[in-house]
Amino acid sequence: MKVLLGIGGSDDSIRALEKTVERTANADDDLTIAIVENPSVERSRDDIESKVSEVLSGLGIDATVRHLEGDPGSSLVDFAEDEGFDQLVLGGGETSPMGKIQIGSIAEFVLLNSHVTVTLVR
Amino acid sequence: MTRTYSDVVADPYEAPPLSFTDKDDRTIEVRAYEGTDEELESLVDMYESFDPSDRAQGIPPGREDRIRDWLDNILDDDCLNVVAWDGDDVAGHATLVPDGDAYELAIFVHQTYQRAGIGTRLIKALLGHGRVSGVEKVWLTVERWNRAAVNLYQNVGFETSDAESFELEMTIRLSEPDE
Repeated sequence: MKVLLGIGGSDDSIRALEKTVERTANADDDLTIAIVENPSVERSRDDIESKVSEVLSGLGIDATVRHLEGDPGSSLVDFAEDEGFDQLVLGGGETSPMGKIQIGSIAEFVLLNSHVTVTLVR
Repeated sequence: MTRTYSDVVADPYEAPPLSFTDKDDRTIEVRAYEGTDEELESLVDMYESFDPSDRAQGIPPGREDRIRDWLDNILDDDCLNVVAWDGDDVAGHATLVPDGDAYELAIFVHQTYQRAGIGTRLIKALLGHGRVSGVEKVWLTVERWNRAAVNLYQNVGFETSDAESFELEMTIRLSEPDE
C-alpha cells in the first residue's frame, strides 16, 4: 500500500511517525513522509528531519522524505491526491491535562477535505 | 496556549459539603473527594456503568484498567474533586485539573441521575470548592452540538473564549489575580 505520513513536529505527529514506521516494517508498505509547516510547533525543520532519519534507520526502513510548503492541511491533501496515495496518516491529536482528546487544525482540515482515506494514529 | 478570561470575577458559589433534594425526590449530598478507597471504588463503579454515548473527547474511557489510570491522574493531590452521592452510590463527579496558571474542568453525571438538576448543583459546588482553594481561572472544552452542556456552563458564568475549532472553549474567572 502506498502510504503518505504528514508530520508537522507536534508530539502527536512524532508518535504517528514512530507507529507508522513500525507498521511499514510489518506490512511492507511503500512509505512517503511529508514534513509540513505547523505554525503552532516550536521544533525546527532540521530537528524534525533528524528525528525522521533516526526513526527510519532505527527500524531499517527506507522512505521518501518530502518538504511541503504553504498551508499544511491543503498541501497534504493536494499531494496525497496528485500522487495517488492509498492512505494519508496523521497524528491523532493531543490530550489535555484532563485527558480529553483535542484534534489539531491540520487533522481537522484533512478529515473534512481529503478524498484519500485518512488514518489518525492514537 | 493563550486563553482569554473575563476581567470580572464570577458570582461566588457555596463550597461543599452541601445537600439538596433533586427533581426525582432523591437526597443528594455533594462532598469534596478525600481519597479513601471506598470513594475511589464507588467512582470506578459509576464510570464502569457510564453510557459510552455520553463520552466526550475520549473521556471517561471505557475499560476498567483505563478508567483506573485516568482516575489516578485526575484524583491526584494537586487536583480538586467533588462528588455527588445518593447514599453510597455516585450520582456525579466534577473535577479541576491544574494546567499552568489555570485549571481544566470536567463534569460527569451518571445516566440514572441526569435531568434532575444535579449537574448545576455539582458544578456550582466545584466552583465554590475551587474558589475557597485559591483557584483563579478555569477553562473547559465542550462539543459544540452539546447544547445541554453549553447551557449549563453559560448558566454558571462561563463565557466562550474560542469558537474556532471542533470544540468550543469556555472560561471563567473565580478570583482576582494574586488575590
